[in-house]
Amino acid sequence: MSDTTAAVVHDHAHQFDDAEQQYSASSLGMWVFLVQEIMFFSGLFLTYAAYRYAHAGAFAHASHHLDVTLGTINTVVLIGSSLTMALAVHSAQMGQRRPLVTFLFLTLVLGSVFLAIKSVEYGHKFEEGLIPGPWFMPTDPDAAEQQLFFSLYFAMTGMHALHMIIGAVALIYLIVKSAAGRYTSAYYTPIEMFGLYWHFVDIVWIFLFPLLYLFARH
Amino acid sequence: MSTGHVVSLKVYFAVFTALMVLTALTVMAAFVDLGPINNVVALTIACTKASLVILFFMHVRYSDRLIQLSVATALLFVLILMAFTLADPLTRAWVRPVVPFVR
Repeated sequence: MSDTTAAVVHDHAHQFDDAEQQYSASSLGMWVFLVQEIMFFSGLFLTYAAYRYAHAGAFAHASHHLDVTLGTINTVVLIGSSLTMALAVHSAQMGQRRPLVTFLFLTLVLGSVFLAIKSVEYGHKFEEGLIPGPWFMPTDPDAAEQQLFFSLYFAMTGMHALHMIIGAVALIYLIVKSAAGRYTSAYYTPIEMFGLYWHFVDIVWIFLFPLLYLFARH
Repeated sequence: MSTGHVVSLKVYFAVFTALMVLTALTVMAAFVDLGPINNVVALTIACTKASLVILFFMHVRYSDRLIQLSVATALLFVLILMAFTLADPLTRAWVRPVVPFVR
């Protein structure tokens, strides 16, 4: 009897009544953080919408420099990483340690592939002289407005990539902890909370892809 | 139990398949000239994909009311942000200034 009591006492921190309350607090805290992230990215999307409306022609013109094939591949890769992340959470819930480590690792691999393709794309933009500033190459009459498009392109995809890099670092930490058996079917909150973050980053890309690559393509 | 809702693997794979189909659809639709409808189609598909991720991958469909309320609040404020700001540039062409602007 005293053993069970000890186990129950140690499955949550002292400021919580029980493990369930602790889990609810973690979930709500993570979601409040994500709500803040949604508002942060919304500011970028709003800026893009306003300028896209003001300079529709130049933005359509500039977006033709983007590679739809690489953008599509990256969309598939990132949604794939969301699936492996969801499967990692599922493995954690089932208390399967090896599948958990495997799926977290696959998520890290797919995230890295995304970043690698993104850096290839950035390289192309650099070679084509599409970096806003004094070295901007296009000399079309609407070159100034095209620079505006690329400023927003780099700000939005760059901020998204920064979130991916932070996610990749967190994934390495979770893989190490998972391999050490830190998470069980009774306690896997960090895995689930990180999953929420990773899916959020996926959602940002789900909007960036059509807005930057697909609008006014035909 | 401190665990959240366990979603069956079937649901995860069905959602993933739907996301892939929608991705293919949006890319194909982008190369067909539908006039002003093109961007509407692209945004509708993006919103559908985001909803699938939020509801199933992020478990919001199975979450507490408190979590669902948080998500709804975020969406409401995004709507306010977008609508109130874009109401200005989108309607400027509707009215001609009565008094010419003098510097």
